[in-house]
Amino acid sequence: MRASVPSFDFGLDPVALRRDFPILAREVHPGRPLVYLDNASTTQKPLVVIEAMAEHYRETNANVHRAVYRLAEIATDAYEGARRAVARFIHAPNEHGVIFTSGATASINLVAHAWGQPRCKAGDVILLTEMEHHSNLVPWQMLAARTGATLAFVPVNDIGELELESLDRLLTPRVRLFAFTHVSNVLGTVNPVRDLITRAHAVGAAVLLDAAQSVPHMPVDCRALDCDFLVFSGHKMCGPTGIGVLAVKPERLEEMDPFLGGGEMISRVTLEQATWAEPPHKFEAGTPHVAGAVGLGAAVAYLEGIGLEAIHAYERALAAYVMARLETVPGLRIHGRATARSGVVSFSLEGAHPHDIAQLLDQDGVAIRGGHLCAQPLMRKRGVPALNRASFYFYNTRDDVDALVRSVLRAQEFFARANG
Amino acid sequence: MQTDDLYQNIILDHFRHPRHSRNIPDGAAMVDEENPTCGDRIKLNIRVEGGCVADIEVDCRGCAICTASASIMADRVAGMPMAEVRRLSEGFVAMMRGGLELSKEELGDAIALRGVRRFPMRIKCATMPWHALDKALDRFQHL
Repeated sequence: MRASVPSFDFGLDPVALRRDFPILAREVHPGRPLVYLDNASTTQKPLVVIEAMAEHYRETNANVHRAVYRLAEIATDAYEGARRAVARFIHAPNEHGVIFTSGATASINLVAHAWGQPRCKAGDVILLTEMEHHSNLVPWQMLAARTGATLAFVPVNDIGELELESLDRLLTPRVRLFAFTHVSNVLGTVNPVRDLITRAHAVGAAVLLDAAQSVPHMPVDCRALDCDFLVFSGHKMCGPTGIGVLAVKPERLEEMDPFLGGGEMISRVTLEQATWAEPPHKFEAGTPHVAGAVGLGAAVAYLEGIGLEAIHAYERALAAYVMARLETVPGLRIHGRATARSGVVSFSLEGAHPHDIAQLLDQDGVAIRGGHLCAQPLMRKRGVPALNRASFYFYNTRDDVDALVRSVLRAQEFFARANG
Repeated sequence: MQTDDLYQNIILDHFRHPRHSRNIPDGAAMVDEENPTCGDRIKLNIRVEGGCVADIEVDCRGCAICTASASIMADRVAGMPMAEVRRLSEGFVAMMRGGLELSKEELGDAIALRGVRRFPMRIKCATMPWHALDKALDRFQHL
């Protein structure tokens, strides 16, 4: 089996990198090494990120953008330094268009309120796709209900690719916003974002790109993509939970009203009214997650040290290996066979429910998901109540894949016996 | 192995051959419950006669635990007076929460689901059919 796999030399040594992640050495079930394959949900954290956050609390903690004392200045520098690191990482047009939020979900809700709300009215269309995570669906349903705008959806075909020919019909001048995912968290499909963004702009629609599954895994260049809004979460890219990013193009930034009101986001306040601070602070009401930003900054530096090109190439090869190995399992169906795909592999097994499969795999130390994967409409479309999903990162190895396949076969055998 | 507690033979048997299982078309069920975390769905009808659950039909699309729990439940409550069904249902849910327990005789095959208690993420799988049954009973007892 191994001989048929192409060389795995991508300038990246997953075995060495694993040592950076203390949790990967844990045996959650005694005697069974942890095979962590739920990276699309959240990734593990390297020691440098854990230490950066601990050091912030130990050495540099103070509130930011307020006090004149030296420690506050150091904390502010750490926070803004993280913003600079993130801006550079995603090639944002400028730093003040990089807004820290609590995560991709908060970023999308921010856009829906701050930009969508004042602009959408009855007759307008918000275009989405059928493969969106609930976080890039429900906020738009809520906005549509508030404004009278309607939702439209780019269909997904059987192999898990967007039906691009439908865009001629769907992309009309009434489309205010086209919000879609860069990489599907269920199907692993990498969407042709450049083409989609160009076509959306041609009809005057703004674009929100959900990059939660792409920024951690491949180079993403905001300027080259020319997307209006780009969102992602820190915890899916070796960073802490509770911190995420909304990157906004300068023209859109000017159009955005504040969302949450409070401290930090104001310029001048009287008892009756207030004026707003300049972006990004205009959109960061209250004390921000400073330690989270510091942790994200450390995560960005860590990922840059490995190289996003190398991560992408390695994961693509690993995904091909996963697919090849899973295809040997009788009765297993892979959901998502797009030509361009990421290290997210969803599957179903005949005669066994995804919950039961995930439960049995856990006994072998293999952590995968079983559920609707925050994409209930996509489950319905594919005619399944739920799916299993194994999702990979650069610290996963072919041994992890082999452990997955072994465990799946064992689970299948178990249910075959039970069904016999 | 831990999973043996979870997937006992009796549970696997009910999963493989669910009792009182019927295909119930959408809209034709008294109760239609879904577990949003995993997509399990249960549709259920009961027929009440002389204060008893004269008949029960269940359409369960779920995991082994949910399907087995529904089957065991249906098997147990068919023909049972409603008051006893309530007591059993309350007793079952209490058992899953680690509380007061009914006797082995009262629980019947449902005792096999006791091991699910050790898997907090799966307790809802086991209790969902019983919650659905409670809802169905409400329709008769609140008339």
